[in-house]
Amino acid sequence: MAQLIKDGALTDNEWVRVTPEDDGIPANGDIIVSLSCWQEQKEALKNRAGKVAVCLEPGQEPAEIAADLADLPMVAINFPVFADGRGYSYARELRSRYGYQGEIRALGDVLQDQLFYMWRCGFNAFDIRADRDAAEALKGLNDFTVTYQGDARDPRPIYRRTSA
Amino acid sequence: MYVYQDYDQRLLDERVAQFRDQTQRYLDGKLREDEYRPLRLQNGLYVQRYAPMLRIAVPYGMLDSKQLRMLAHVCRTWDKGYCHVSTRQNIQFNWPDLQDVPDILAALASVQMHGIQTSGNCIRNTTTDEFAGVNPKEIADPRPWCELIRQWSTFNPEFAYLPRKFKIAVNAVPDEDPALIGVHDIGVQIVTADNGDIGFQVWAGGGLGRTPMTGEIIGEFVAREDLLSYLEAILRVYNKYGIRDNKYKARIKIIVKAMGREKFRELTEREFAELKGGPMTLTEAEMARMIASFPAPAYAALTDMPSALQQALDSNKAFNRWYHTNTRAHKQAGYRAVTLSLKKTGRVPGDITDNELDAVAELADRYSFGEVRNTHQQNMVLADVRQDQLFEVWQALDKLGLATPNLKLLTDIVACPGGDYCSLANAKSIPIAEAIQRRFDDLDYLHDIGELDINISGCMNACGHHHIGHIGILGVDKKGREYYQITLGGRGDKISRIGDKMGPSFESDEVADVIEKIVNLYVEKRHDDELFIDTYERIGIEPFKESVYGSAD
Repeated sequence: MAQLIKDGALTDNEWVRVTPEDDGIPANGDIIVSLSCWQEQKEALKNRAGKVAVCLEPGQEPAEIAADLADLPMVAINFPVFADGRGYSYARELRSRYGYQGEIRALGDVLQDQLFYMWRCGFNAFDIRADRDAAEALKGLNDFTVTYQGDARDPRPIYRRTSA
Repeated sequence: MYVYQDYDQRLLDERVAQFRDQTQRYLDGKLREDEYRPLRLQNGLYVQRYAPMLRIAVPYGMLDSKQLRMLAHVCRTWDKGYCHVSTRQNIQFNWPDLQDVPDILAALASVQMHGIQTSGNCIRNTTTDEFAGVNPKEIADPRPWCELIRQWSTFNPEFAYLPRKFKIAVNAVPDEDPALIGVHDIGVQIVTADNGDIGFQVWAGGGLGRTPMTGEIIGEFVAREDLLSYLEAILRVYNKYGIRDNKYKARIKIIVKAMGREKFRELTEREFAELKGGPMTLTEAEMARMIASFPAPAYAALTDMPSALQQALDSNKAFNRWYHTNTRAHKQAGYRAVTLSLKKTGRVPGDITDNELDAVAELADRYSFGEVRNTHQQNMVLADVRQDQLFEVWQALDKLGLATPNLKLLTDIVACPGGDYCSLANAKSIPIAEAIQRRFDDLDYLHDIGELDINISGCMNACGHHHIGHIGILGVDKKGREYYQITLGGRGDKISRIGDKMGPSFESDEVADVIEKIVNLYVEKRHDDELFIDTYERIGIEPFKESVYGSAD
């Protein structure tokens, strides 16, 4: 069953997360690697067949990959626990400060009740936690029709939207 | 008052629906307790000792009579007939059933009230001077800026999962701190620039709780239109760098102290530089709209001290005393601001019943343009009462038991709900407050003692603001027994300052005796016209220690 929500719809996940416990980097296929893996093997990773994304953990700021963003079709941001909100600022920074246009995917403790805020901060893909029904979680994107602040999708706060 | 637009109401209704669904999923077992917990907290719902506690936001303390009547209705229908005014100007219900909460919130939403962000690790209700808009000393009405902050902070997607709770207060009075900005995560001080424009001095890193401290000035002068951008910059720094692995070190004050003011300012300024001049910048139209949302009410052209008032003051001693204690000067000639004391001896500090809420609503409609304010000292205010109607208002309040002439005096005690209700508390607060009130039941003596703030908290979380009481009382647990630690010299009046610990703690039945000894020493040592806090600052803590613990020799 698909656990991935991308751009507002359920979809199959083509990406594989490669962790240090795995036996090396697979030769092909699309992979998500840790920041340290990327920093150590950047050139090799760029030259392999298949796409590469970097996963930022809490405490690893987008500044660390700012120079590499053109080479990264996706940045993943991990939430070890959903209550650690650093990733919201990271996504916002990727979009607003660095103008990143690629996919920003939330990994880890990703649940229905956080999706709306994540979406507004610039995430466009959500790998819903494995024990939850992603089709149910999808509803979370529609919790509100009103927003006061500007966000990563529309930088205008409500007072610049309603009247000229 | 700010009047909701269609979109404000729609947002609130959507929130009610969202929370109803979340609660249902929790009750159905689809949301785990640890997943539901932050969601319910962000809607003001705690699970307490005997029942849930539901905290309702009162933005910057302002209520209208319709809202008061709805609070009364909730008290009657879903609670035990009363509610509680908190030290952050909010309202708390002590006995709702979890499954009723969605209905309570739906009822409150019909009068534009809610529990949004009244708890949890997010930006809480913005507070200010309860005399905002009528205080003759204020530079500008702080409420339009509070409302702008309310909208910016409400469901701000980036700052919903901060390291810890985050409290903002706005003060518009120079040289005094009625909003306690010195002990808030962010304090916003309205100031005037050389060219006459208003702007903001922004403080950060104050807070009470486990490690109390006063804040530091981070932004010396922030232009009006940049207020929200500057706040966003601070919040982004805090969200990224606040400590998350130890909840006792997670408030912003810890990182401001740890990295130092200069470093914190540098990080803030770097974020601010990117935001300044951008789409967050407040438009002239929006600032004007907000200022126009808080118009002066339709005052009559009157003069101060009309003959009716003068006669009543001359002929009625009790009224005279109340007038001088519980009413204060007003911007508008012929009016006074009246504080209703919720501190009559025997009443739980800050508690108010359904019938009293209805009666206060009635008085507000008749005498004060239908508006009421909650104070952080857990009282209520009718801000716009005609001086020639003060005597009638006093008579009505006296009948209700809301005219105790003890405002700012020793028996006007601030106390959290404490161990009688709260599952966080180490000790009870309410019986301690009552014991002290009973000890000082002579009104003449009470007035002779003069202004003296006593604050009681049942635990380190400091909801009773004990650190800033002239006398602070903190409940502590020692091997399962309730003890009380006393601090002296805290201030939350002209300035905010953290009190000094006196020494070993006391058993509950000793506290009133200790307070009496402290007060006796003050009365003995004071110079003419010296308030308790002045005497304390002149002679220091040692003589007080000696009077309580005996000589060190």
